[in-house]
Amino acid sequence: MSVDKFKTLESTAIPMPIENVDTDQIIPARFLKATTRTGFGENLFRDWRYDKQNNKIPEFVLNIHKYSGQILVGGKNFGSGSSREHAAWAIYDFGFKVVVSSFFADIFKANALNNGLLPVQISDTFLDEIFKSIEKDPGTKLKVDLVNQTITLLATGDSETFDINTYKKTCMLNGYDDIDYLLSLKDKIEIFEKSR
Amino acid sequence: MSKKTLFDKVWDSHVVAQVEDGPSVLYIDRHLVHEVTSPQAFAGLDKRGIKVNRPGQTFATPDHNVPTIDQHLTIHDELSRSQIQKLTDNCVNHGVTLFGLNHPWQGVVHVVGPELGITLPGSTMVCGDSHTSTHGAFGTVAFGVGTSEVEMVLATQCIMQPKPKRMKIEVNGTLGKGVTAKDIALYIISKITTAGGTGHFIEYTGTAITNLSMEGRMTLCNLSIESGARGGMIAPDEVTFNYVKGREYAPKGADWDKALAYWKTLKTDEDADFDKDYVFDAADITPMITYGTNPGMGIKINDSIPTGDDLTDNNKNSFFKALNYMGLEGGTKMIGRKVDYVFLGSCTNGRIEDFRSFASFVKGKKKDADTVVWLVPGSKQVEKQCKEEGIDKILEEAGFELRQPGCSACLAMNDDKIPEGKYAVATSNRNFEGRQGPGSRTFLASPITAAAAALTGVITDPRELL
Repeated sequence: MSVDKFKTLESTAIPMPIENVDTDQIIPARFLKATTRTGFGENLFRDWRYDKQNNKIPEFVLNIHKYSGQILVGGKNFGSGSSREHAAWAIYDFGFKVVVSSFFADIFKANALNNGLLPVQISDTFLDEIFKSIEKDPGTKLKVDLVNQTITLLATGDSETFDINTYKKTCMLNGYDDIDYLLSLKDKIEIFEKSR
Repeated sequence: MSKKTLFDKVWDSHVVAQVEDGPSVLYIDRHLVHEVTSPQAFAGLDKRGIKVNRPGQTFATPDHNVPTIDQHLTIHDELSRSQIQKLTDNCVNHGVTLFGLNHPWQGVVHVVGPELGITLPGSTMVCGDSHTSTHGAFGTVAFGVGTSEVEMVLATQCIMQPKPKRMKIEVNGTLGKGVTAKDIALYIISKITTAGGTGHFIEYTGTAITNLSMEGRMTLCNLSIESGARGGMIAPDEVTFNYVKGREYAPKGADWDKALAYWKTLKTDEDADFDKDYVFDAADITPMITYGTNPGMGIKINDSIPTGDDLTDNNKNSFFKALNYMGLEGGTKMIGRKVDYVFLGSCTNGRIEDFRSFASFVKGKKKDADTVVWLVPGSKQVEKQCKEEGIDKILEEAGFELRQPGCSACLAMNDDKIPEGKYAVATSNRNFEGRQGPGSRTFLASPITAAAAALTGVITDPRELL
């Protein structure tokens, strides 16, 4: 499956200063019965967004109109728990292109990268600064530059670099997917199998 | 020659190619598949017009969605039925071995793999499920992956993965009476936290570990993911080889001898380096129970819930959010709290030894009248063995009922949901908000702690009733 290309993004951001957001919250198990990759955005953070009667919970950040944008800013240890890739699909399908946190769980990070959703890991201090900035002004913008691997808080000009391995960076910049690459290695894989 | 850890030996011997400043191309020996994370992967192959590359190395079974009663009847939830049917159709279409619903070998995927000898020491295994770490108990490099990666493995039998760092967790000494592998796991996570293992692959060593049975080792390795680790493994030994020998898909004859000779080399070299290590004493471990909304929020069963006074701002918010969800107060005891439901089962504790210990605990006693108890064997073979050993009779006499295999209330994708606001003692692996059903409140514990709660209707130290 090819993914959308990503180069730079300038956007407002939605703040979720909650630590250890696990993938059961991002997309509850009862929504995993679908057999396609689309439509999961509707159920993103379902049980935090809607109550039992399917009414929007007004205090939840995704229901507060002054917050909007294509960047989700989450507390430490974002995406822990189940390997469900549906979590990355739900976040992307909802409209986010980037998730920012000071710590990501491994499987979620890989799933995000495989779906054109960029996980940007920054320091605890900068994360805190971003949360405070958005709280002060929900119109605050962030600029994410994949080429230079920087994320900048436009209001202050403060920025940090983030890590991403060269291979994954190339994939995201060009919209390549791993399967095409692996299929191109068919002969090498067969040689490996015979050597054992 | 540089010193290698067990993990290095297995990982390095499976690297087909290395991308510069990028992931390794890792060959996968065994691929386990279930109905929830595979449909989109198979659809991807169909779209490309290709078939599963190595169907002989791919094994499937439905587990997440299946009902745990009346499995012979048509599943009434349309989406569940359709998803399970899709798995069948995909397996037939691609020639993949399927242990479908009502097949004598069907069950929870991480119970089925080992019991059929699909899981072998020194191999690499993946599945679209984070508890794939279970198979590490055999000295396998086994880890959970997302659906796109399932598609990669179906298409090429390979995956792109950056090599994790190595962590050693050593537990020495003898476990006290009533203390189990589940308690070791919950103790470790409470110490290193749910992010403590992130970026690492754990090797468990020490006398308390090597004294565990294979099933105990599986319980421990299963929970590695809950500390954030990619996987967890234990060096294979005589206990491992004796378990594997003779199983359906295990090598036989000359192949067995060849495999065994290789497996005996699978241990960490003396003086090999780990990136991080911890040492714990078995004497410090007692029956554990979780009080919060992640598996790291656990305490010794007789202790009080922390007050949260010593936490920093952000940690404080998470802590009190968890207590609020659970309806609990800091500084109070867990012992004596009312329990509404008890769940024995899952890939963590759904094996025959778990059922034996539950049955032996409740033998001659009676289930608490007000507590709903779900006993879900991890596979059809475990169910069969329970009946052969008379475990079902012991349970019936005590007022319990054996159900049929599936993931069940671990994640409540089927009808086995804990109602809102109700408390459940569960032998499964996650206590996140809503994990066992929207608004449900989970206390994770061992099978005998669950048995004790099933008899008294409240959280009870199992050692009091031993």
